[in-house]
Amino acid sequence: MTAKYRFNEVPPSPSIDKVGVEERVKRFQSRSIKTTAKMQGLKMVLSMIDLTTLEGKDTEGKVRQMCFKAAHLHNGHPGLPVVAAVCVYPSMVGLAKSIVGKYGIKVASVSTAFPSGQAPLDVKIADTKYAVEHGADEIDMVISRGKFLAGEHTFVFDEIAAIKEVCGSARLKVILETGELATLDNVRRASDIAIYAGADFIKTSTGKIQPAATLQVTYTMLQAIRDFYDETGKMVGMKPAGGISNAKLALHNLVMVKEVLGEEWLTNKWFRFGASSLANDVLMQILKTESGIYQSADYFTLD
Amino acid sequence: MSTKNNAWEYADSIESASHINLRKQYGLYIDGKWVKPSSNKYFSSSNPHDEKHIADVSEANEDDVDRAVQAAAKAYKLWSKISAAERGKYIFRIARLMQEQARELAVIESLDSGKPIREARDIDIPLACNHFFYYAGWADKLEYAFPNQQKKPLGVAGQIIPWNFPLLMAAWKIAPALATGNTVVLKPAETTSLTALKLAEIIEASGIPSGVVNIVTGFGDTGAALVAHPKVSKIAFTGSTAVGKLIQKTIAGSNKKATLELGGKSANIIFDDAPIDQAVEGIINGIFFNQGHVCCAGSRLFVQENIAEKVIRKLKHRMQSLQVGNPLDKNTDIGAINSKEQLKIIQRYIDIGIKEGSEFFQTDCALPVQGYYCRPTLFVNVAQSSILAQEEIFGPVLTIQTFRTVDEVIQKANNSPYGLAAGVWTDKGSKIFNLTSKLKAGVVWANTYNKFDPSSPFGGYKESGFGREGGLHGLGAYLK
Repeated sequence: MTAKYRFNEVPPSPSIDKVGVEERVKRFQSRSIKTTAKMQGLKMVLSMIDLTTLEGKDTEGKVRQMCFKAAHLHNGHPGLPVVAAVCVYPSMVGLAKSIVGKYGIKVASVSTAFPSGQAPLDVKIADTKYAVEHGADEIDMVISRGKFLAGEHTFVFDEIAAIKEVCGSARLKVILETGELATLDNVRRASDIAIYAGADFIKTSTGKIQPAATLQVTYTMLQAIRDFYDETGKMVGMKPAGGISNAKLALHNLVMVKEVLGEEWLTNKWFRFGASSLANDVLMQILKTESGIYQSADYFTLD
Repeated sequence: MSTKNNAWEYADSIESASHINLRKQYGLYIDGKWVKPSSNKYFSSSNPHDEKHIADVSEANEDDVDRAVQAAAKAYKLWSKISAAERGKYIFRIARLMQEQARELAVIESLDSGKPIREARDIDIPLACNHFFYYAGWADKLEYAFPNQQKKPLGVAGQIIPWNFPLLMAAWKIAPALATGNTVVLKPAETTSLTALKLAEIIEASGIPSGVVNIVTGFGDTGAALVAHPKVSKIAFTGSTAVGKLIQKTIAGSNKKATLELGGKSANIIFDDAPIDQAVEGIINGIFFNQGHVCCAGSRLFVQENIAEKVIRKLKHRMQSLQVGNPLDKNTDIGAINSKEQLKIIQRYIDIGIKEGSEFFQTDCALPVQGYYCRPTLFVNVAQSSILAQEEIFGPVLTIQTFRTVDEVIQKANNSPYGLAAGVWTDKGSKIFNLTSKLKAGVVWANTYNKFDPSSPFGGYKESGFGREGGLHGLGAYLK
């Protein structure tokens, strides 16, 4: 697959008024999600999680345990969905695939010299090819933020297009690392570049930089997806990652997706949460919603 | 693996009304006491959501109004003389008591007026409290507000307020009048008396001297009696332009001062360099806030022609996510139209628009079977000469006109008998300053809309009235 658009076909990005975005986000946060809507939403959140471990100290043991958890979120509660994917470094892709493949859980691999992206293109391509060859269903690449901030937007576009080309059938998530882009105007421009360069998903953050997936940033990116869909009729997915550690915040993300993009996006084909600790809070809320009683954190497994 | 979850509807999330405390029948609050109306007549205040009776409210006649004004005149002798710090103390007390009862006031406001609980809770009630807090602070600082002018209070203020922001308008009127040493007779609108009566209970609990605030409920003739009363020194009115004109006729030749805050047909102007998604949000808030029952509603949208298609597409999409329904549902964006009469007026305008042939758009959301509801409505490609673009509709109906140049839009925006508010959306500061100095409107918002603050004056040009409420200007209107 090759990119369908050239850089000069990326339309000018609209300016973003931060104050207005903050107000809009407050409206989403004032939505009250109760009873049946809450339960349905919580289960949806579980099914959209990319359960993640991206640490220098990752070992086979750690990845093995996390992969088991991905398929067995809470043994005491039958009927829960499994997560959408596990997200690991390229070196762990083969192992992860061998464990979660049979549950229909995807394996996502970060690549392109994650998290900094400070490597030459051929290294990034090799990194990506390695992950794809070892069975990655999805590639989470980082953009070159330094180049973006230096104004070399063409470079950023071409790099994404080049990685897209080696992804083959793997779906490409493009990480903007919004915490380093600093302004919502930059977030919007980077979103447009990534989408037109061939991203299947756009993703906020690596999880290594704060702030990460704020509602303001996610909202700005959802608008870019909306505009692209209105222009071309093509859907692009969204993955906020980093900082979404509780169920309430996750539900407010879903509210945004529903109201900005529509319910077609409310599936894990088009929306994901990159998170390591979100699942347990969601599980706790599900059990609380059913029983009326909060259980101690000791009843939820840490893998 | 893809789990389809294609319908995710917000479940009902109804704010409980079990904690509210309402009497079955309300008397008039005159001279610190609750008294029966001398007419012995009562009328029902009902819920526009289900048309159910909530409470009986007294109908004050001329005698009752006279009693109230006499009580206020008597109290004025005391109130205008006590120390300013003491006046401030009572106003602060009212503000704090209102805050303590904020939840109850919000629920009653929503029940009685039809506005969404989200707005009553997050906007009306906190803002009403803030007006009391703000003016309480000024009570003993008037010398600093008007240095070397030895300003004096006016006497008895007759205040008549509308049904769109019942408690907030009561606060706008009462707080500055008290801070400046005037006494008050307030008449709420007949469809929304209840929060004003709750406010009377709060005022009673504050221990403020009897007769300083009197609240008389009733219809237009109650208001007319108040306007005509010889002992009233100042009329403060918020409502329709037609009634505003009547008031001016009545007080012509008398010594009465007046501030009139009347209708509007405010222009919201979107340029092609605007932050477009935030502008769309501003258009939505400008016209659909409080079901469009807002005197300064941005009801005439001017879009630069080269972005009109995009803006309209985005508007329609955004409108589809507006939840119309039970005002007490925390997810409701657009509540019930305040009364059957108002719903008829809005529908008549919609019919006119359809007949005039403008492109018509309404969202396809389900409406409650009972109650007074209207879907959010757009008319696209409207001309300046259309009735819809000229007359105030006071409902969730937006007209859209396009323009090409800055001069053209200034001319069209000002080409209206009204001049209450305007909004300008552009990324260019110079454009904002150019327009704010040329638009004939009392309030001009830049890259936002419908923002209110007690420290900011509010009022109109032309048929939108005269005088300012809020801020220092609001104090000045109660002093001579």
